[in-house]
Amino acid sequence: MGIESALGEGFLTTKMDALSNWARANAAWPMPMGLACCAIEMMAFAGPRYDASRFGSEVMRFSPRQSDVMIVAGWATYKMSHAIRRIWDQMPDPKWCIAMGACASTGGMHRCYGVVQGVDNFLPVDAYISGCPPRPDAVIHALMKIQDKIKTEHSVLLDT
Amino acid sequence: MDLDLNETLKGVVDGLSEGFSDDLIEVYQSCDHTYIRVEAAAIVRICKYLKEKHHFIQLCDVLGTDRYTSEERFEVIYNIMNLRTQDRIFVKICVDEENPSVQSVTSIWTAAGWNEREVYDMFGIWFENHPDLRRVFLPEDYEYFPLRKEFPLLGIPGSIELPNTTPETE
Repeated sequence: MGIESALGEGFLTTKMDALSNWARANAAWPMPMGLACCAIEMMAFAGPRYDASRFGSEVMRFSPRQSDVMIVAGWATYKMSHAIRRIWDQMPDPKWCIAMGACASTGGMHRCYGVVQGVDNFLPVDAYISGCPPRPDAVIHALMKIQDKIKTEHSVLLDT
Repeated sequence: MDLDLNETLKGVVDGLSEGFSDDLIEVYQSCDHTYIRVEAAAIVRICKYLKEKHHFIQLCDVLGTDRYTSEERFEVIYNIMNLRTQDRIFVKICVDEENPSVQSVTSIWTAAGWNEREVYDMFGIWFENHPDLRRVFLPEDYEYFPLRKEFPLLGIPGSIELPNTTPETE
């Protein structure tokens, strides 16, 4: 929409990687793994005041098969970790992970036998957010970091 | 010690010292609550008496504590309430470290079922005649009792399984 009139009869050259990365970075749909109070801030992040739709990430997908970024918001117990990992495994590649808040990043104040001390024990985390809970701005910041990361990836041509 | 007892609690204390004089160890008050320490062997009889004669029909909670003493290391505390007069008392019994076991009060208050399971889960205190004494929160095959004082804060590494991070390919 609009680009046709700008180009007229002409054409545009780009790299396949640049095009697909641009598309992926601006449509990173989150998988809301809301486990505790961080989930409330995550809702604010998606809501109109902080407006994640500016970054194409307002569509919280409750099906892992439709999502790209898992936001682990809250503390993960050992019991829950199996469910989280299972959902993570169901998400199609390429996928990214944000550990939101102190608990998801390190276990936070839940320094005890039942809580996994950081979800990076069983998930490949791309961005960590500090705070307890973090402000929605911080989640947007992490999302922008993920976008930067997506834009530098070689997505189409694999080196293998 | 001076006890500030209302009518219901006075009835309880008088009734216990009359009918259960051998089993009643002490009665004391702290923070506006009344505590009754009794012999562990008599817990079912005393609870039955409190429920039937003094209308303590609600069992609010069953707690365990680890005092980490060489004798009578564990304590089980029953928090019970009279719903007619809204009076609350705490009945305490002591349990030894070796083979900690007490009689279950599930025959009196069915609500004790899960609470006693939790005490068993956390402290390893066995409740005899409990209909279904299993772990509540921790895995069935877990070997430790996490609220015992000797249990490390962060748990035993590797004792609870983490998910497999290299899933099988289809």
